[in-house]
Amino acid sequence: MPQFDPAFFAPQLFWLAVTFITLYVLMAKVALPKIGAVLDERQRKIDDNLDKAAQLKAEAEAAVAAYEKALSESRAHAHSVIKEASERLSKQAEERTRDLSAKLAEQIKAGEARIAAAKDAALTNVREVALDVAGATVSRLVGGTADQAKLETAVASALKEQGQ
Amino acid sequence: MANPIEQFKIKPIIPLEIGGVDVSFTNSAVMMVISVVLITAFLTLSVRSRALVPGRWQSMAEVFYEFIAGMLRDNVGSAGRKYFPFIFSLFMFVMFGNLLGMIPGAFTYTSHVIVTFGMAIVVFTGVTIIGFARHGTHFLRMFFPEGAPIATAVILVPIELISYFSRPFSLAVRLFANMTVGHIILKVLGGFVVTLGGFYVLPGIVPFAFLGAVTVLEFGIALLQAYVFTILSCIYLHDAIHMH
Repeated sequence: MPQFDPAFFAPQLFWLAVTFITLYVLMAKVALPKIGAVLDERQRKIDDNLDKAAQLKAEAEAAVAAYEKALSESRAHAHSVIKEASERLSKQAEERTRDLSAKLAEQIKAGEARIAAAKDAALTNVREVALDVAGATVSRLVGGTADQAKLETAVASALKEQGQ
Repeated sequence: MANPIEQFKIKPIIPLEIGGVDVSFTNSAVMMVISVVLITAFLTLSVRSRALVPGRWQSMAEVFYEFIAGMLRDNVGSAGRKYFPFIFSLFMFVMFGNLLGMIPGAFTYTSHVIVTFGMAIVVFTGVTIIGFARHGTHFLRMFFPEGAPIATAVILVPIELISYFSRPFSLAVRLFANMTVGHIILKVLGGFVVTLGGFYVLPGIVPFAFLGAVTVLEFGIALLQAYVFTILSCIYLHDAIHMH
């Protein structure tokens, strides 16, 4: 067999070494880094896209959260505005009621005072009229003038008897 | 009928001599050069477009890359990464040698024991050097496992030594024998087809059918033996890096 002929060992080993070393250098320096770069690039692209998708998802979620927060905030704001307005209005109404009732009470008091004054004046008039009537009655019945002091006491007692 | 051994004959094409040693450029060297050129062309041209979605050729280049990278990762681990170009070159060189040899009339350099032995001895010495560089004299523990009774050393050490030193021979002979025998069978069957077919058409069909089946088988063996050569190299590398 030619395989066991030592004459061909040296040339085969020599060219094996030459070609294999060449192949090794070509693989290590050219071919494998190229293929490796392509594979890495693909992996990176896939990872990038996944990252981007995750980022977009997070952004969408943040937007939803922001929207809901804004919604609840504006709801709370509306509540507070309504509450404030109703409080202010009720306070105003209360104040107005208080003012009105104070004014009315004052007017009532003034009226009562006027009535009392009028009553006093009327009573004084009644006494004077009674004195006059009594004086005139006495002078017509008895003739002459009646004693003024006696008339006054009489009228006063009569008025007292009437419960005045 | 042609001599089935003739296909293994070395034919010098350009006679060369360096320092008294014959280094003629032979038909074997031609196939080696063709292999290197084809491997390099295949792997560089296919990924030239750097396509994100690979085409047919780029897919094939990526499959080989990932196949060997996976083999190295599974058998050696991350420590084996720096030997990736070597293991990859070894696989491609053996595989292309086997497959190109299937072309009728072509020479199969992996059917020469000196070629396979040359590669095996590089793997063997490389692995041994890596082992001693990594573990120092502790690497000698390879030949006498820890925990074994000292009395068994008499038997164990010679066995381990023999099994260790027979590695390059088994590696070389396995590939060489498979290739040589396969090609002899193909040649013999081919001879039958011609002789019997010349005698009468019908008897020629039977060996032709056999020849077809064996050719398919030989393609399988060409790929399988490249795989076996590479994975055994990976396993030896694993032993050197991690010990048993």
